[in-house]
Amino acid sequence: MKKFSKILSITLIVGMLGSLVGCGTKSSTSDAGKKKQIVIGLSMNTLNNPFFVDVKKGAEKGAADNNVKLITTDAQNQASKQLTDIENLIQQKPDVLIIDPCDSDAIVAAIQEANDAKIPVLTIDRASNGGVVVSHLGYDAIKAGTLAGDYLAKALNGKGKVVEIMGIMGTSVAQDRSKGFNSAISKYPNIKIVAKQTANFDRAEAMKVMENILQANPVIDGVYCANDEMALGATAAITAANRMSKITLIGNDDIDDAIASIKAGKQKATIAEPPFYLGKTGVMNAVKLVNGGKLDKKIMLKSTLVTKENISQIKTRD
Amino acid sequence: MKKIGITLLTKYRTLTVLILMLLVATFLSDAFLSVGNIFNVLRQVAIVAIVAAGMQFVILTGGIDLSVGSILAFAGAISASVMVKTNSLFLAIVVALLVGAALGLFNGVFITKGDIPPFIVTLASMTLVRGCVLVFTDGSPIPVESSVYMFIGKGRIFGMPFPIIILALTFILGFIVLKYTKFGRNVFSLGGNREATRLSGINIKKTETIVYVIAGLLAGLTGLILTARLGSAQPTAGTGYELDAIAAVILGGTSLSGGQGAIFPTVVGALILGVLDNILTLMNVSPYVGSIAKGIVILLAVLADSKFKNLSLKANQK
Repeated sequence: MKKFSKILSITLIVGMLGSLVGCGTKSSTSDAGKKKQIVIGLSMNTLNNPFFVDVKKGAEKGAADNNVKLITTDAQNQASKQLTDIENLIQQKPDVLIIDPCDSDAIVAAIQEANDAKIPVLTIDRASNGGVVVSHLGYDAIKAGTLAGDYLAKALNGKGKVVEIMGIMGTSVAQDRSKGFNSAISKYPNIKIVAKQTANFDRAEAMKVMENILQANPVIDGVYCANDEMALGATAAITAANRMSKITLIGNDDIDDAIASIKAGKQKATIAEPPFYLGKTGVMNAVKLVNGGKLDKKIMLKSTLVTKENISQIKTRD
Repeated sequence: MKKIGITLLTKYRTLTVLILMLLVATFLSDAFLSVGNIFNVLRQVAIVAIVAAGMQFVILTGGIDLSVGSILAFAGAISASVMVKTNSLFLAIVVALLVGAALGLFNGVFITKGDIPPFIVTLASMTLVRGCVLVFTDGSPIPVESSVYMFIGKGRIFGMPFPIIILALTFILGFIVLKYTKFGRNVFSLGGNREATRLSGINIKKTETIVYVIAGLLAGLTGLILTARLGSAQPTAGTGYELDAIAAVILGGTSLSGGQGAIFPTVVGALILGVLDNILTLMNVSPYVGSIAKGIVILLAVLADSKFKNLSLKANQK
């Protein structure tokens, strides 16, 4: 009898679930004459970094300006979570999917799923190495690295020992910035790269890495960090070692904390790539696409070298 | 009627929680009960659930395994590398399982022969193995392009996603082992009363070592599935999965002190977590708030579980 009631209860439960599936698939009714709101899915690689938080804020501004419903997800820097996020976004049938990939290779599987679901895909900031992407919006990362390399070389008068701290090497952005930096430095035979490590675009990690590099190298003249978060971490380590006055430090992005550091004379320069406009332009491009416009395959935003001299003139958000 | 109510609240308490969540989820989002979304949730849950099945065995003996996330990543990385170098799917699969089992054996030997608490051994191996992953991958993901390999993660058989089939097979096998084999009874006995088990002549060291091998093996299997799903072995794969697996086992009603529990409720526990993640994304809840919600649900579920367990004891006493 006990076994029978067990089977009965399981059957009842399965039956209930089955009937729920039946009535769960409602079709959405639309009011005649009302313009349908554009729905955009934004899959962010992480929101645990002020740069990407600004991308999201810019996207939200772009969405507010254009009556767009923006659904944002945070992959917490995990490619597997980003795949899950995008699968969930696809279920909500957005008009466009905007993606900032955690990893330029691992994102391909997710983009292919979006392609299968016939949802147009735009990438921003980091590119994808596969899948059908309508348009990529980004800053020219190779140019950014080159600008930084040239600046550092000139600041050191073409002679000295420099350190390169790289980003997440699985991303196109980190790879390109490093490529640009190294090609610029190679033009100056008297500049030697004494250390080259990755700190994964993370402030805390950069502090640790810089501490170790400072220990291993008694003489360092310049440091290039592939983003400002790492530059700020490096600054903390260099300041603690009392070597800030001897080292020229340049970062990338022009985030608020870096602006403060440059004004205070610690960090010497950065490359302005306002993430706010990345997000805002991304959404605006998506809206243009939905409204029948055409987008170039690759859209590059302009990067600017920023130092104490021009820092107040650079606009980083609306 | 009262008897059915009590049965629902006690014997099937985890299932009841899940069904309540499904009802609420259907109410909260139109997109929830679509076939596509349900398959997504099942496929996403399969990853954590298979790890949780291994964790089930370990927790039943009164132990814990914190290294499963790292084992998952290492097995996935080696499997990807083997696939790329030999193009043999068979080898790639065998290697993933062997690496997982071997690392599990490593844990088991230190815990039994070294007589060190499982928490400490697996905490150490978690760090050690993660380091091995980083060294092996050089910090960069390993892409796999073979479509036959990726079938393991992305393919379907008769419309059913392959990972879900593996999930079902794993749990059915686990159920049979725990309920109908001598080994299974030894596992329960070891967790229930270690000294009595030893005195009754059961080989404790053998039983205990085997459960860790099982946990490692299933972690290796999961690493294979995850790598196949992404088409890329990520150095950071599996981070935090040990906690999700433990949460699933606890939510399923298994006691952390060992000796008491069942395997199918663990799937239900994993489903509860998966449905929660899914509905939070579908409702576009901020990821920050989502973490708070998830933590609260786990707390409430465990609280309810202990309350209703006492109810069950009282009901049985009548």
